[in-house]
Amino acid sequence: MPVSRRDFLKMAGLGLVGSGLPATPLKQIARNVTTDNAASMLYDATKCVGCRACQVACKQRSGLPAEPDAQGLYETPRDLSANTWTMIKLAKENSEISFVKNQCMHCLEPACVSVCPVVALEKLESGPVIYHPERCIGCRYCMAACPFGIPKSQWEENLPLIQKCDFCADRLAKGEAPACGEACPTGALIYGTRGEMLGKAHARLASDKNYIQDVYGESEVGGTSMLYIAGVGFDALGFPRLKDDPLTAITWPYMKAVPAVIAVMASLSTAIYFRTHRDKGKQNGEEASDGSKD
Amino acid sequence: MAVKIEKLRLRPYPFGPGMKLIWVLGAFGLAVAVYRWFVGLGPTTNLTDGRGWGIWISFDMMSGIGLAAGAFTVAAVVYIFNLEKFHGIVRPSILTGFISYILAAFTLLVDLGQPQRIWHLLIYHNIHSPLFEIGWCVMLYTTVLALEFSPVVFDALGMKAPVKILRAITIPLIIAGITLSTLHQSTLGTMLTILPYRIHPLWYSPLFPFYFFLTAVAAGMAMTVFESYHSARTYGYPFELKLVSSLTKYVPYVLGLYLVVRMTELFVTGNIRLLLANGAPAVLFIIEIIGGVLIPILFFADPKTRNDQDGITWAAFFTMGGLILNRMNASLIFMEGALYFPSLWELAVSIGLTCLGIIMYDAAVRILPILPETKKSRLVQDYKQL
Repeated sequence: MPVSRRDFLKMAGLGLVGSGLPATPLKQIARNVTTDNAASMLYDATKCVGCRACQVACKQRSGLPAEPDAQGLYETPRDLSANTWTMIKLAKENSEISFVKNQCMHCLEPACVSVCPVVALEKLESGPVIYHPERCIGCRYCMAACPFGIPKSQWEENLPLIQKCDFCADRLAKGEAPACGEACPTGALIYGTRGEMLGKAHARLASDKNYIQDVYGESEVGGTSMLYIAGVGFDALGFPRLKDDPLTAITWPYMKAVPAVIAVMASLSTAIYFRTHRDKGKQNGEEASDGSKD
Repeated sequence: MAVKIEKLRLRPYPFGPGMKLIWVLGAFGLAVAVYRWFVGLGPTTNLTDGRGWGIWISFDMMSGIGLAAGAFTVAAVVYIFNLEKFHGIVRPSILTGFISYILAAFTLLVDLGQPQRIWHLLIYHNIHSPLFEIGWCVMLYTTVLALEFSPVVFDALGMKAPVKILRAITIPLIIAGITLSTLHQSTLGTMLTILPYRIHPLWYSPLFPFYFFLTAVAAGMAMTVFESYHSARTYGYPFELKLVSSLTKYVPYVLGLYLVVRMTELFVTGNIRLLLANGAPAVLFIIEIIGGVLIPILFFADPKTRNDQDGITWAAFFTMGGLILNRMNASLIFMEGALYFPSLWELAVSIGLTCLGIIMYDAAVRILPILPETKKSRLVQDYKQL
């Protein structure tokens, strides 16, 4: 979206709307030791042959049902859904074609986690953004807030839950690789720490100029755990163009200000009350002539 | 025969064709809501993974709560700013607010995927979430409104002790109401600030909280005109022209501030150029700004129009329509997502709940001493005729 939030905040800083709100934009999140050690995956679109072994492995591990075609012959999901947490899509840019794998990006500063009113989504320090289905109230704010459109709802259920890739958090905890990464036969999808993955990604970009010279996910919305390098543009692969500021940097200054708003509004109202009721008798006399109807 | 217990006015119920339709629509909407709980959102709504929120969120929640801001605005004017002459519109305003919040809470129970877990807000706290704050504010403020409204009921039942206690805490209650309303009216805007990539740049703004608060205050004041118009039309009361015109003279200041900041923002960010692009966004933006902001400013600022019964009523309708259009534009029409038009079931619930609101308001006005008992009032005349 072409709004320059930073520019606008500068303007706000000029005093148009007063001081304090919204707060100054956060500094671009610096890579630090914690995120460098967190779990991460690198998907190299140039190495992917579209075999969908990752897709099958994901369904096997999570026990999700197949989404068959009309004849019930093929497993043919059209898009991510409550029952399909990852899938390979084909993208075209002019004459170039490329596969692309979709799944939750496991943001470093996840919008879904910040908006969930009941803490049903949680960012683990080890990397995954996981879901606590027993807490979810089904408000679907996470679906609205996710810039990648990842969380999906079980629309056909009477009491629907949110579904999305959980980065095989249970497997990671046991020291195993995520199911999709383990299944990849070509090395297009590799798993490691975020520091390692970024190192490898940049090494590959430097060694081969046919790559688009950018690692998608390195800094978008504050960085994601899933990193992408490709031979065709990321627009063509269906990725949104996102700025580096985490989305939570927009809402948090407002949420942080809640106690201040309470203090200001309560004391302001009280002050005005005492000010206007100081000379009660006189004012009532004035108001009465104004024609109170009852 | 009229039964009169203390100040309760139990009279035969005049049941015209309009009211019959409202009862039918209300009952149907309620039935659809119950049906939705049995079959889920998929079969009843046109919502999809690409469009998680529909008309229930944009109209019933966002617009409904915005229009209910009259309750705290009038309470502030009367009790905090000590403008006693407006006392006569306090009870209808608080009643309208109370009903609106009950309906908003009910809509939420229809829209939530797991409505039986709404109480999770009490035990799981995410202070980062705007929706968490809205949930708490709405719960607390509905309680405040119930307490602000209850003296009417106790008074009607002739119970003096509770009224005495409530009178003693009136001012703290009013201040709590103002604080909670300021919070959640603006936080409804904060809720949308996290969607910079989905909401059209003519609407998206990091200043949503200010805009939502200002437009809610303006629409809340306009609602008092509507209430006065309604009690004149339906219950044969004199239109409180002097009163509402004196209250709404502040609307141009509120909406003027909103207009200046919003247009300045669009010029500073350069998004104003999007008005030159053809298409629905530019058209609806212009309709919203001219019809929902500029016309109300001009109408309410002009003493002649403001002191004219038709003029001020139209001004109020434009203001309220402007708020509804703004919330619909920002949170539905120009929020990127799958193509969506509400299903008949969704429309039935939205219309039905609005009708239930009218039924509740009407019942309260007929039974409780909300409006003064005057001889001219149709409430009295209806009874005499029956």
